Amino acid sequence: MVEVSTRETYGKTLVELGKENRDIVVLDADLSPSTMTHFFAQEFPERFFDCGLEEQNMIGIAAGLAASGKTVFASTFAIFASCRCFDQLRMCLSQTGLNVKIVATHGGISVGEDGTSHHAIEDLALYCSLPGFTVVVPADAIEAAEAVKTAANTYGPFYIRLSRPKTPLVYSKDYHFTLGKAVTMRGGKDATIIAMGIMVARALAASDVLAKQGIDCRVINMHTLKPLDEEAIIKAASETGAIVVAEEHLAQGGLGSRVAQVVARERPVPMSFVNLKDSYALSGKAEELLQRYGLTAKDIEKAVKSVVGRK
Amino acid sequence: MPNQIKEFPRAAPRANIFNLSVAELKEMAKKLRRHVITMTTAAGSGHPGGSLSAADIVTALYFKVMRHNPQDPQWADRDRFILSKGHAAPILYAALAESGYFPVEELATLRKLGSRLQGHTDRNLTPGVEMSAGSLGMGLSFGIGVALAARLDHRDYCTYVLLSDGECEEGQTWEATLSAAQFKVDNLVAIVDCNRMQLSGWTRDIMNLEPLKQKWQAFGWHTIDIDGHDFNQILAALQEAQKIKTGPTVIIAHTIKGKGVSFMESNVKFHGKVATPEEAERALKELE
Repeated sequence: MVEVSTRETYGKTLVELGKENRDIVVLDADLSPSTMTHFFAQEFPERFFDCGLEEQNMIGIAAGLAASGKTVFASTFAIFASCRCFDQLRMCLSQTGLNVKIVATHGGISVGEDGTSHHAIEDLALYCSLPGFTVVVPADAIEAAEAVKTAANTYGPFYIRLSRPKTPLVYSKDYHFTLGKAVTMRGGKDATIIAMGIMVARALAASDVLAKQGIDCRVINMHTLKPLDEEAIIKAASETGAIVVAEEHLAQGGLGSRVAQVVARERPVPMSFVNLKDSYALSGKAEELLQRYGLTAKDIEKAVKSVVGRK
Repeated sequence: MPNQIKEFPRAAPRANIFNLSVAELKEMAKKLRRHVITMTTAAGSGHPGGSLSAADIVTALYFKVMRHNPQDPQWADRDRFILSKGHAAPILYAALAESGYFPVEELATLRKLGSRLQGHTDRNLTPGVEMSAGSLGMGLSFGIGVALAARLDHRDYCTYVLLSDGECEEGQTWEATLSAAQFKVDNLVAIVDCNRMQLSGWTRDIMNLEPLKQKWQAFGWHTIDIDGHDFNQILAALQEAQKIKTGPTVIIAHTIKGKGVSFMESNVKFHGKVATPEEAERALKELE
């Protein structure tokens, strides 16, 4: 599969958006060469503000700009965009509903060698807990571009989580993204894998292997965590009778928790979860970490087998 | 779409529409203080001390200095007042009501279920409120964003941010202070309501901020020291601040917590506790 960087796509998409809309302003916290907002900074220096290592201040400035009619994109690493400024997100963006898009790169443990301090594994729980926020985790660079464009044209606070490494394309160029509407990547009747972000490509790989073993697996890309496409979940539970959720996030408060709430309330079926258990990951290469902490296609395959066995 | 700024084509004032004299400002400040006492006692909770210390500053801004239009709270060219010390909401509500943003009678609904007047400010509920505040240290950042938007849009409005001195203990205040100087935000005026007290005692005993003026200076701000209860000094400082075009200005306003009511002055009890009905009666007499 072709691998493309979601953050590079983000940076280039921002430039396109900046050309169309003069009210787009971009903020960063000393990470623009990594978050790729530097493309926008080069093109529109007057509309770019580097807030230095002041993430809390950056959120406040973003809110003030948005309150004055601007569409603001603010970027940093996912760990700092969530844990470092949570009260500011709550007060200035969630409570006000202001038009600020937090696009964070370096989500999850695929950050790799930088280690525990830089692995954002609780960001989605934090953002999903904030009323009014829309939370999106694109599966590839094509979806990332679409999600960023949609955010620019949809009023209100957004969190979009991107990755550090290049990731395989799971979509073709003609893909059309609909906010809050999950994508069925592959049909199936024996079980459903609901995945997000980098786990979507892994879910597809797992379903290939399972198909050869006679297990017909549906694969859903739940790119929007909030608002959640409950209809797709209920349909999957009803039609396939077993659900596996795969995410690059802690067990607590992420996609798995959110899907489980819907399944428990609407259509209880056996479930299994491929995610990070209650601990931090260490330094290592991205792929080594994903193997070590149980986030591979093989892990998804095992989870599907176990959940099918409990039907 | 909530909170989107719309531009109104109607004729807009180029100066303060009240333009009160100093004698009239003094009377207005007394009136606002009376509202603070009445509404917080009626609510049974709230923060009268820090509202009273800021009363003269807020009066000067709304009734002499700021360009604003109560008939059009979202007017794009209005000067902005951002109350970072959100617990002083009662003094802002009093000024907004007396300006005509909403009926004065509505002040009696403070903190009650269904009221537009929340315990701490909420920009989505109250006409004229620019920022939702209550968690300290966030207003200066917000104000920088508002001031940068003016620069981008070539608008000449001024942004005023009122902070408490206690709030200068929050790290974010200093992040904002650094960045305002870095971005050379010359259309931003910070005012520190320096009443030297915070919830549990004297600021110097809890977390000493002195020398406060030198700290702001060292962070690249033009600083002005004033008596925050002397209208001549307040007005002169605000005028000076508008002329400074090299960067941001801070006015360190030396004030007295609970100012205007003898038994509330520098009495830490009235930071987050309101006057009893009997105390309120005495307070209102003193403020006649």
